[in-house]
Amino acid sequence: MSPVQSEIREFTDKEYKYGFVTDLEMDTAPRGLSEDVVRLISAKKNEPEWLLAWRLKAYRHWLTMLEPHWQNVKHPPIDYQDIIYYAAPKPKKNLKNLDEVDPEMRAMFNKLGISLAEQERLSGVAVDAVVDSVSVATTFKDKLSKVGVIFCSFSEAVKNHSELVKKYLGSVVPYTDNRHATLNSAVFSDGSFCFIPKGVRCPMELSTYFRINAADTGQFERTLIIAEEHATVSYLEGCTAPVRDKNQLHAAVVELIALEGASIKYSTVQNWYPGDAKGRGGIYNFVTKRGKCAGNRSKISWTQVETGSAITWKYPSVILQGDDSVGEFYSVALTANYQQADTGTKMIHIGKNTKSTIVSKGISAGHGQNTYRGLVKIGKSASGARNHTQCDSLLLGSRCGAHTFPYMEVKNKTAQVEHEASTSKIDEEQLFYCRQRGIKAEDAVSMIVNGFCRDVFKELPMEFAVEAQKLLSVSLEGCVG
Amino acid sequence: MLEIKNLCAKIEGREILRGIDLSIQAGEVHAIMGPNGSGKSTLSQVLAGRDIYELSGSVLFNGKDLLALSPEDRAAAGVFLAFQYPIEIPGVGNLYFLRTAYNAIRKRKGLEEMDAIDFLALAKERMKLVEMDPSFMSRSVNEGFSGGEKKRNEVFQMAILEPTFAIMDETDSGLDIDALKIVANGVNALRGKGRAILLITHYQRLLDYIVPDHVHVLANGKIVRSGDKALALELEKTGYAEFEKRGERPLRSV
Repeated sequence: MSPVQSEIREFTDKEYKYGFVTDLEMDTAPRGLSEDVVRLISAKKNEPEWLLAWRLKAYRHWLTMLEPHWQNVKHPPIDYQDIIYYAAPKPKKNLKNLDEVDPEMRAMFNKLGISLAEQERLSGVAVDAVVDSVSVATTFKDKLSKVGVIFCSFSEAVKNHSELVKKYLGSVVPYTDNRHATLNSAVFSDGSFCFIPKGVRCPMELSTYFRINAADTGQFERTLIIAEEHATVSYLEGCTAPVRDKNQLHAAVVELIALEGASIKYSTVQNWYPGDAKGRGGIYNFVTKRGKCAGNRSKISWTQVETGSAITWKYPSVILQGDDSVGEFYSVALTANYQQADTGTKMIHIGKNTKSTIVSKGISAGHGQNTYRGLVKIGKSASGARNHTQCDSLLLGSRCGAHTFPYMEVKNKTAQVEHEASTSKIDEEQLFYCRQRGIKAEDAVSMIVNGFCRDVFKELPMEFAVEAQKLLSVSLEGCVG
Repeated sequence: MLEIKNLCAKIEGREILRGIDLSIQAGEVHAIMGPNGSGKSTLSQVLAGRDIYELSGSVLFNGKDLLALSPEDRAAAGVFLAFQYPIEIPGVGNLYFLRTAYNAIRKRKGLEEMDAIDFLALAKERMKLVEMDPSFMSRSVNEGFSGGEKKRNEVFQMAILEPTFAIMDETDSGLDIDALKIVANGVNALRGKGRAILLITHYQRLLDYIVPDHVHVLANGKIVRSGDKALALELEKTGYAEFEKRGERPLRSV
């Protein structure tokens, strides 16, 4: 290593040390889950007493819960005693240059059009790339703090904004919510915290991508976003680059709170390891995401593009509590090879004249199984509530499946609820038409699929949308024929 | 340019084309007429590369074995099919679709791709040929288009892609007289040196506007008579009945 490089590395290591693991040695908890492990996690993080108490309540409740079994996915039982629940994040293995990166991964980087510097950063290669992102992150933080926006890791928030965390943690997804969320509440490792004060329009899109030290938040991530009265924020989660992770089970929780007149837009692109072409390996992504439109005229919008993971189990939902509040869910879920997805949303209408929109596009290829599961619930108090659901499935080939389970519970006569659904196949004639015009079959398929997803892509922030389109094309490679 | 010899096509064991011989030179316009189920559309699909047929015989296109090429390679070689029933592709913008096709073909020819701005200029100019409203460009491919709009869109695509050999499969069907004139004017403007056109039609009406050099009658999978424009007029009087008798058995429409 050259002197300059070693200096840089020293610098980055230092930065790293001063993160949330400051005074702890690198180590791991013993395998398995117990009250001691929960206490250990909390102690390692120097957490206040109330948070430990909350974790313990969650843990004890978890012991009483049964594994959910209603979802339309199949996997062997999860051995919760075979998981390590705490590992101090380690710096990624440093590679000398990109030649050491898995060629398959590099090929995908190239197809996605990710710049060399970015490729290096993502695969943990060159040190200067890391420095680069540190400086970007710093300028970024300055700009945010000027307007009073707090954007930091969850651990930092617990340390520095304890009262805010205490007030809102578990207020949307209680620790008793479901077995995966309860597990997360007991053992969550880290995540993001974001607070937009009253009347502030967040000056930039917030992205986990810029948050340093976010790379290794582990399998139990926790995100909390609060938008005060009339605040606005757009949050981007994930990136289109492939993510490999040795942890098989991921159980994250995301909570959003929008006060009066506030608006939160949450966009996700998920491209975790889906397992190999035969369905071996791959991540189980069991996520609980929910937002609460607590104030009148508030708005929460979820947009997701899910192409990765062996199993996706996720229902980003909105509780429409404030009058005239708006909930939206736009989703593209793609399952290829042996991937399974059971995903959808819940729109819970409580306030008057609340409005929700659901647009779900499921694409199945290979042996993929894609399920839309959605609940629209109109409470007694929700006079004038409206919902429109559009749920489309596209099948590629004859071995895949698409399933739709819409649930509706309407308890107010003035409500209007609409559901539209369609299932289509990319037919030979469509392909032939494109090919006759000179477009290769593979390009034609990705064009048709992207067209199918247009209603969702147009909800994504611009650059994200472009990346998502490319991602979809790459994910579909080899699915034709 | 195009040399078809003893071309036979079967689908699910059923014979549809039963030995077609046809030779088309550059610059010529040929019309193929015939009753329903005579194999007209099958012929156009086979030439464009639809791979659901069992084939025998040979087709040489500028000396190349056309049947050995994929549909996209045929397109790159200059073969264009105006579809009888143009396909809808929801969510894909018409202009975007065409630019992708145009650039795919350019790329195969080793030419540089054209950028969006230059392409828009090209599209605007060619659009005039079929009197298309520019708003069609931003709409999804054929989605929600009327029958006439779809056919105009096919001719517009042809004007952009500039094929050397265009097959027009019943482009006149479903058109009112005004739309027919517009489509015919578009085709006539594209007619000319180097470009051969194969018109497939049911009615002689189209041939009043696009005057062919040769007319062939297809019945029961064979060309039973060839002639010039006069043959089309004669057919209009006598109908196809006489030709159908020559076939061994009637065929269902495909």
